Amino acid sequence: MQRIGVFVCHCGTNIAGTVDVAAVSESLGKEQGVVFSTHYQYMCSQAGQDIIKNAIAEYKLTGIVVCSCSPRMHETTFRKTAAAAGINPYMVEIANIREQCSWVHKDTISGTEKAIILGKAAVAKVNLNAPLTPGETPVTKRALVIGGGIAGIQTALDIADAGFPVDIVEKKPTIGGKMAQLDKTFPTLDCAACILTPKMVDVAQNDKIRIFSYSEVTSVKGFVGNFDVTIKRKARYVKEDVCTGCGACTEKCPQKKVPNEFNLGMDNRRAIYIPFAQAVPKVATIDPDYCMMLKTGKCGVCSKVCTAGAIDYKAKDEYVEEKYGAIVVATGFNPISMDKFDEFAYSQSKDVITSLEFERLTNAAGPTQGKLLRPSDGEHPHTIVFVQCVGSRCDSCSEKGKEYCSKICCMYTAKHAMLTRDKYPDTDVYVFYIDVRTPGKNFDEFYRRAVEEYGVHYIKGMVGKVSPEGKKLMVQASDLIAGKQLHIEADLVVLAAAIEPDKSARPLATMLTASMDTNDFFTEAHPKLRPVESPTAGVFLSGACQGPKDIPETVSQAGAAAAKVIGLLCKDKLTGNPCVAHSDEMMCNGCSTCEKVCPYGAITYVDKEFRMPDRTTRVRRVAQVNEAVCQGCGCCTVACPSGAMDLKGFAGKQIMAEVDAICR
Amino acid sequence: MQAVTREILINKAAELLGNGTVDRVFGWKKGEFSYDVTPALFTTREAMDADFVFGDFCGANFSKYLVAETRKEGKVLVFLKPCDTYSFNQLLTEHRFDREKVYVVGIPCSGMLDTVKIKAVAEGIASVEDNGDRVTVHSLFDGDVTVSRNDMLPDRCKNCKSKKHVAYDELIGEDGEVIDSGRFDEVEKLEKMTPDERFAFWQNELSRCIRCNACRDVCPACTCEKCVFDNPDSGVENKAAANSFEEKMFHIIRAFHVAGRCTDCGECSRVCPQHIPLHLLNRKFIKDINEFYGDYQAGAEVGSRAPLVNYTADDPEPAEAVERSHHDA
Repeated sequence: MQRIGVFVCHCGTNIAGTVDVAAVSESLGKEQGVVFSTHYQYMCSQAGQDIIKNAIAEYKLTGIVVCSCSPRMHETTFRKTAAAAGINPYMVEIANIREQCSWVHKDTISGTEKAIILGKAAVAKVNLNAPLTPGETPVTKRALVIGGGIAGIQTALDIADAGFPVDIVEKKPTIGGKMAQLDKTFPTLDCAACILTPKMVDVAQNDKIRIFSYSEVTSVKGFVGNFDVTIKRKARYVKEDVCTGCGACTEKCPQKKVPNEFNLGMDNRRAIYIPFAQAVPKVATIDPDYCMMLKTGKCGVCSKVCTAGAIDYKAKDEYVEEKYGAIVVATGFNPISMDKFDEFAYSQSKDVITSLEFERLTNAAGPTQGKLLRPSDGEHPHTIVFVQCVGSRCDSCSEKGKEYCSKICCMYTAKHAMLTRDKYPDTDVYVFYIDVRTPGKNFDEFYRRAVEEYGVHYIKGMVGKVSPEGKKLMVQASDLIAGKQLHIEADLVVLAAAIEPDKSARPLATMLTASMDTNDFFTEAHPKLRPVESPTAGVFLSGACQGPKDIPETVSQAGAAAAKVIGLLCKDKLTGNPCVAHSDEMMCNGCSTCEKVCPYGAITYVDKEFRMPDRTTRVRRVAQVNEAVCQGCGCCTVACPSGAMDLKGFAGKQIMAEVDAICR
Repeated sequence: MQAVTREILINKAAELLGNGTVDRVFGWKKGEFSYDVTPALFTTREAMDADFVFGDFCGANFSKYLVAETRKEGKVLVFLKPCDTYSFNQLLTEHRFDREKVYVVGIPCSGMLDTVKIKAVAEGIASVEDNGDRVTVHSLFDGDVTVSRNDMLPDRCKNCKSKKHVAYDELIGEDGEVIDSGRFDEVEKLEKMTPDERFAFWQNELSRCIRCNACRDVCPACTCEKCVFDNPDSGVENKAAANSFEEKMFHIIRAFHVAGRCTDCGECSRVCPQHIPLHLLNRKFIKDINEFYGDYQAGAEVGSRAPLVNYTADDPEPAEAVERSHHDA
């Protein structure tokens, strides 16, 4: 028999304003098992907690009901209070009489009545509560970073710096990500490669970091502290440990017509290639879609010119299995496809380009060696029109584009406009915008410089149509401030395409049981207070996979994610949540229904020998719950046909007792 | 008339016993009356020659028996009609028995006769003669009565959902096709009733329930180690229905427990001594599942994920389901 104490909180006037707390306390004092009942102004205060502690000692309480705010606020507080006074923290129940009662009722009569009912339900549950003890699991002291862009690089470096081994999985042949494709970076205009490549080299030289380039995560099992991950190392047909990166093969390969994805298809590469000069690892990769040797068995030039003997046409995909304690997602972003934006003539004219293509056109390692030339005829453009928000901030009902602001476009467009005017003062530069958004350190100053010092024509209004006419692009646009239509004869049109999460993120989220929003950005555990953690324990978020971000923000978030990972890996053991499912093996049928509904993969089956009531022994397949993986969601308990699955702390009987108490 | 005869089955069984493929045979033997056929195990040809029967009253679905039967040593031969094979697969999906311990011979079925309907035709039935389209009942008190065979079929056979075997080691005769049957017609009629009419319908039907548990005991989806109705801890343990509410709750709880797993074999209605059309409750669930999540046939393939224990991005939002149920009401 329980000895229950009831503690009703006034929460100032938050509760006491619409609930007669004295009446609640008196009424609940008469419930079964209740030996003490009181009310106080602020139960969460030190004085309030002392009332609870003293009552535990004086009345030898075995269970506590606190009628107060939502358990999300102070359940932990009161559990600690109970533990400090010597009773099991899971003998505490919160009746939420604030958010679900006093705040939603206007009159004291109904508010008080409901508060009493909620209190009765909590008392009925505590009568059936049993002390629970959380389990402990060891932590694998190794982190996995998925994605080798600046976000992944920074996270990996910071984790390695704390002394923990880190693996980076990058699907491309080299790390570096989008930042490696950029020319200059706002607002300081330092060259992207100059600040990125030292970090890439740091990664390569760090003996705590392993790079799995040209690789993908194919399966994730396990749970926080103990993830089992399978990594597919795609066959690159070049032995990574033998190739010296001399590049002889990439010059001799006869297959010259392969669109170069690093330059966004604006020039060609060979079938065997190294994406760019500072690639890490600096190893060649054979593109199986274009290699004649792999496709027809005729060629073999690279193998002949390779003095190191690194070419291996018979290479196969390999799978690496590794254990990790924490996983960081840093899968990044891509510009959206411009296919649906035909009004800007992207598919009709080579001279309508995206901003990322513009980066490559101005980059010294790009297809034009950094000279700003029109892709169509290689001539210098004299009038350039930049169009902002292409696919960003679209109507929710619009078929194309995204509702959100891509955040980085205002700044990079200001950068492009400024650099163009700086390098080619004879060029007229127009920027069409909805709003110019420049919050950020030194950002607005940067934009104003573009307008005031460099004479970029910023025009509030959208471009309606771009039509190629001869060598020119006829741009029809509206100037909202002047209230007139503009017609500009442009040589080059640059579209600030919206950014979206990388396509690999969605299947990865499924593997990680990490949640995503409708735009496929990973959801954080709390938008304000836990921005770098996913709601799935042990999975952290870094960079643009969580939402559009510029480089400074990405790097800060990458560091923050690393700090969270380090905090986790520092621990030798993790304390679990004791409110987990467990199966009554005598009732379990081994039917696998619970396994199918478990979102965390916490349920496995074993064949176990049982002594049956008729004194025979029988081997039966029964479910077992991995308590460290189980998050206590309860899906299995409702799916189990025989009622063998139950949730500790939220047993079917306890819930029914609450319902009975409410209906009584 | 059934396409296979007793002799064909006995010969097949004897062959498999003889070559050591199996060491026992699940079959049917005659009960007190000709229409009173009961499942039985045979281990020799002699025993089969003496007692084995096969005909229009061999409706029992053997799948569920395999749960207990496969716990023994050796391998058992089982004859399965097309509809039985769905239950067989569903039980395999739920890991309820070891496939290796069963040898399945799929047999064709032209529908099994409904003893209730036969008994309604004449009193004191001596024997029933199946002539294909027509059935002649030889009776003690009403003489010989000839009726249409189709009229003597139970609902599950009239609206047969499949003549195709979805599991077998070997087949006797040709395999059939899945049939686009009118098995939901009755459910639709119930859906069209007003809530009061529907309540009255079910109250009338379920008030006859004597809580004999035959429906549960025969149901191939009910193979729990310990049924909630036998478990004092469950709060709904077996007891005579004290009031009409409890009767309904028994059948509604049962329908929920088998939802998504019921293959619509119709055994519940066949064995009900009170002739309650229990299969209509299950069919309502099947129809709803089909309409919400796309067609799904439990047991059509081993290991399939029933929509109720699966998630896809296309699943309707709960609000849509609620909206629809209001619409029905």
